[in-house]
Amino acid sequence: MPDDEPREDEHKPEPVADAPSDEVAAALVARFDGAVFHLSHGQPVVYLDRAQWAEAGVFLRDEQQFTMLLDVTAVDHLLDVERLEVAGVSPERYEVVANYLSHPRNRRIRLITEVPADDVVVPSLATTYGSANFAEREVYDLFGVTFDGHPDLERILMPDDWVGHPLRKDDSPARVPVTFKEDPGPR
Amino acid sequence: MSLDPLERQTDEGGQELRAQHELVITGGPWPELEGESQTMIINMGPQHPSTHGVLRIMMELDGETVVRAKPVVGYLHTGMEKTGEELTYVQGATNVTRMDYASPLSNELVWSLAVEQLLDVEVPERAVWARMMLVELNRMSSHLLFQASNGMDIGAVSMMLYGWREREETLRLLEMITGLRMNHNFIRPGGIAADLPDGWQDETLRVCDLVEEGIFEYDQLLTANPIWLERMVGVGVITTEQALSLGATGPILRSTGFAWDLRTAQPYLAYEDVDFDVIYTENGDCFDRYRIRLYEIAESVKIVRQCVERMPRGDYRVQDKKVTPPPRARINESMEALIHHFKLFTEGFRVPAGETYTAVESPRGEIGCYLVSDGTGKPARLHIRGPSFYNLGTMPPMMEDRLVADAVAVISSVDPIMGEVDR
Repeated sequence: MPDDEPREDEHKPEPVADAPSDEVAAALVARFDGAVFHLSHGQPVVYLDRAQWAEAGVFLRDEQQFTMLLDVTAVDHLLDVERLEVAGVSPERYEVVANYLSHPRNRRIRLITEVPADDVVVPSLATTYGSANFAEREVYDLFGVTFDGHPDLERILMPDDWVGHPLRKDDSPARVPVTFKEDPGPR
Repeated sequence: MSLDPLERQTDEGGQELRAQHELVITGGPWPELEGESQTMIINMGPQHPSTHGVLRIMMELDGETVVRAKPVVGYLHTGMEKTGEELTYVQGATNVTRMDYASPLSNELVWSLAVEQLLDVEVPERAVWARMMLVELNRMSSHLLFQASNGMDIGAVSMMLYGWREREETLRLLEMITGLRMNHNFIRPGGIAADLPDGWQDETLRVCDLVEEGIFEYDQLLTANPIWLERMVGVGVITTEQALSLGATGPILRSTGFAWDLRTAQPYLAYEDVDFDVIYTENGDCFDRYRIRLYEIAESVKIVRQCVERMPRGDYRVQDKKVTPPPRARINESMEALIHHFKLFTEGFRVPAGETYTAVESPRGEIGCYLVSDGTGKPARLHIRGPSFYNLGTMPPMMEDRLVADAVAVISSVDPIMGEVDR
């Protein structure tokens, strides 16, 4: 390769949002402003604003035949060395992730919403899907994400009087102060 | 100090016990209790013998009827998802395998599939079939364990012995293949840890025959047994709508007449190429869940037999040097191979940044692995969707308005593994 030819990695094209190749994702993108489609290892993912979180659950259940909310979980991106970049999504510290499954249509979809560190609140899905009840309690317990409208938001895995949220990357329960009683002090 | 006399001499010279105050029982209904609340809240567990480990259920009782029930979990929380963030992708399998300890190979499988998806590697045919055979053997051992503990919980104590007898055989077979009875760490990203040992076909077929005889015996012993039917039929009924809403999967969902099994609905491994049936029933009660698990053992035996017959030859792990350690013999003669081996087991391999959700059908339902990588050698987030965690949610609707004695049958038929619930 001649030296004056531009190297490929210096000319990265601006990332462009994928056109939804999945019909449910297309419906979501058409319905909700600012929704972004992303194909992650062949799995359809839609990034949503968190104000639309609960409404999207109702939309998927009532209009798209998504019969089951499989799982709600969260990710703390505080210490990420490198982070998956999705065009059109402004990354925040937390991501709340919901995996849906439609039995009649035999397809899955994953919704992700970005949650800023200074206002860790997301609307609850528990009134739409019963399975969100336990799952959101777990996310609240381990990440400190508050679910607005959850009927019974309390700790589920950790003891009730626990301080902190263990799966946050800056939580360090192991750092218990240790007193060395016979510390000889500096010599 | 002396106790009040309780007995007095009778005319015949014998003794008669009599209380100091005469209690007159006239019959008829008991008087209404005073106060507003007539219900009582009791805790079942976490040390109750029929709660499968450390499940606690808070029950509000009205007499012997359960008014409300609420499962309380967390007694086995050991922070395995947090631990997973500190282990490399090579070590990760040792962590996830301890979650659902009754079917460790399903956990290893879902973990390995998730890592392979992030790495974009495809494992060789022999590894695919060996994995399928192993998870089916594990499904057999898990369902045999259910038959044993379910029998014990209901009161058929001899079932405990029969169930463990056959389970022991499957565990011995797994030990012969993987080296360990449980927590095998055998299915790893990139394939399986070692090739199948000499003579595995004969041993596997022998165990298949034994298990088939065993489940025939269980069927003879239990399925038409009037006491068994009395305890199980119509107990713990759940509808398809409730199961779907609560995220229940596996035998619980299939017992409501909803034939959903990821092995056929969204086939992974080589399930498309083998012949088996999805077992489902209509009533959604404890008896149906027992029957489904009994017949699923037979289906797993069918799959294992096909695996023995059709096991492809070739590599048992992917020949991608980034993922796979060098052969043991090479380490003795090559410095580079030694360094390669050392690097792989200390630092592990880097996985490109990304996220994925992978799901397989474990004996208890859909087990999923949500894995986020930040481009380093350790996952940024490991989340396991444990089927038992969501299946627990079906307990309140199954128990409510039933007798407290039925609660034991319900807990048993949900078959929760607390290691997976609490992680």
